[in-house]
Amino acid sequence: MVVGSVAAIGAGLAAIGAGIGIGQIGKGAVEGIARQPEAANEIRTNMIVAAALVEAVSLFAVVVALLGNG
Amino acid sequence: MLLEINPLVLPDPGLMIWSALAFLILLFVLGKFGWKPIMKAIHEREQGINDSLATAEKVRAEMAQLKSDNEILLAQAREERAQILKEAKDIKDKMINDAKEQAKDAATKIMADTQLAIENQKMAAIVDLKNQVGNMIIEVSEKVLRRELANKTQQESYIKQLTDEIKLN
Amino acid sequence: MVAVFSICIYFYPNISFSQDAPENENNEQHQNAGHEDTGDFDVAGTILDHIRDHHSWHLWGHTSIPLPVIIKTDKGFEAFSSSKLSDEHHQPVIYNGNYPYKLVEGKIKIMNTDGSVDKEASAKVFDLSITKNVVSMFISVFVLIIIFLGVAKAYTKRGVTSAPSGFQSFIEPVIIFIRDEVGKPYLGHHAPKYMPYLLTIFFFIWINNLLGLVPIFPGGANLSGNIAFTFTLALFTFVIVNVSGKKGYWKHIFWMPGLPVGMKIFLMPIELLGVFIKPISLTIRLFANITAGHILVLSLVSLIFIFKAVAASAMAVPFTVFISVIELLVGFIQAFIFAMLSALYIGMAIEEHHEEDLII
Repeated sequence: MVVGSVAAIGAGLAAIGAGIGIGQIGKGAVEGIARQPEAANEIRTNMIVAAALVEAVSLFAVVVALLGNG
Repeated sequence: MLLEINPLVLPDPGLMIWSALAFLILLFVLGKFGWKPIMKAIHEREQGINDSLATAEKVRAEMAQLKSDNEILLAQAREERAQILKEAKDIKDKMINDAKEQAKDAATKIMADTQLAIENQKMAAIVDLKNQVGNMIIEVSEKVLRRELANKTQQESYIKQLTDEIKLN
Repeated sequence: MVAVFSICIYFYPNISFSQDAPENENNEQHQNAGHEDTGDFDVAGTILDHIRDHHSWHLWGHTSIPLPVIIKTDKGFEAFSSSKLSDEHHQPVIYNGNYPYKLVEGKIKIMNTDGSVDKEASAKVFDLSITKNVVSMFISVFVLIIIFLGVAKAYTKRGVTSAPSGFQSFIEPVIIFIRDEVGKPYLGHHAPKYMPYLLTIFFFIWINNLLGLVPIFPGGANLSGNIAFTFTLALFTFVIVNVSGKKGYWKHIFWMPGLPVGMKIFLMPIELLGVFIKPISLTIRLFANITAGHILVLSLVSLIFIFKAVAASAMAVPFTVFISVIELLVGFIQAFIFAMLSALYIGMAIEEHHEEDLII
């Protein structure tokens, strides 16, 4: 039970990291679109790709947590 | 505790073999019968579109070239016309001037001739007049001489009369 | 983000589940037998059961399609129907082939006479069964071949000058998107050589992501959320990257130019590690994203059972629909990212003077 809780905290921390990262991406994208509305589509595509990449990093952390607690 | 791997993150070798097999089949079949014709067709279509665009551009350029050529020709024709007109005008002016000159010369010559003729006539008339006057004087003198002998007063009045008579015109 | 949370939701119960294997097995059996209403609902067990591979394809209620089991032991190959591994109540039973086999947590194990798992003998079992994931994979292969041979035929038959129609007009922009966004930016003039691989891997992952989101028969298998599948695809990229790697690629790994000798020696193991980290990151990215999506959808559906109230579905169902729609997007993005990163790694390997950026 205790081990499980620690791992859950680890996964939660990974989620915080991803949250900050994706927040930054969203901020950058919105600012970019506000500055250059004509490039909105391109920015949006890149934003989604970058968000997916960031999310994957946090998922790595979760998977590593899984590895240690099988 | 030994590191025990969660079955979720442990690749199952059987599924790996099947995945590899399926993927290779897919890659082979699609690569040979799918992607090749599709990519070729897409490439050809793009090539076709590009070619059409290039051709259209070329035609447009040709049209523009033709138009500018026409304009140049037109401008040339206009210039030529202007040139011809100018030349014609020059010729006309020259002819008029020449004619004027000629006329002037002729007039001058006629005037000079006329003056000369007048002069000649005048001289002839003067000579004639002089002759006549001489004759008259001789006649008068004759008459006076004839009368002088008879009367002095009569003589003088006669001279006077004669003089009146020879009043010119 | 949603994916991370989903694993968090799943994570905590899973641990307690994993700690106590026999109890879990019990719970699983209960669920398999359709006895969810008898006790506390084991969310983690159900979810894990759903995202796992199976030897039979459960359709509804007590109906499932038995699939062939092919196993290799030290006594050679052996094939039998998976229906022999479970009784009419879907409880695992022992099948006596070359060895007494039984399904334990979805894996085929060799049993001892006293009913316990013979771990030593079980380790030698090589399971080549046509499982649910394998069937799903071949369905997707079949569908892709049908689609693309049809499209290819449309191109050759209708000629290239006519506008695309029907399915062709749906597929063509995607192909052009992959070519222009994945192939050309990372591979440049080498792109045509690698396009078949990139297109195949993209569509293969995409269709499996989509099939995984379909809850009923042709879909439902969590294939692209299975690490064996993603690992195999990453392995293909790994092989292509290292086979097509030019001199500059190997030089950057073993003897980084433009650095002092000490630094070169220091960087060598790091760069070498990077060679292996790249496919592993591809593996885990796809696996974790798709699995997380499945877990999230299942967790939301499980809310109804956790609260033991039909009213909970008023909240759970719209959320499930919402997450499913997001998963449609994620399915496309992850397929795209897999193809894009494959192209990036290949591009870095075939480039003569490449920039140093390690994207994990």
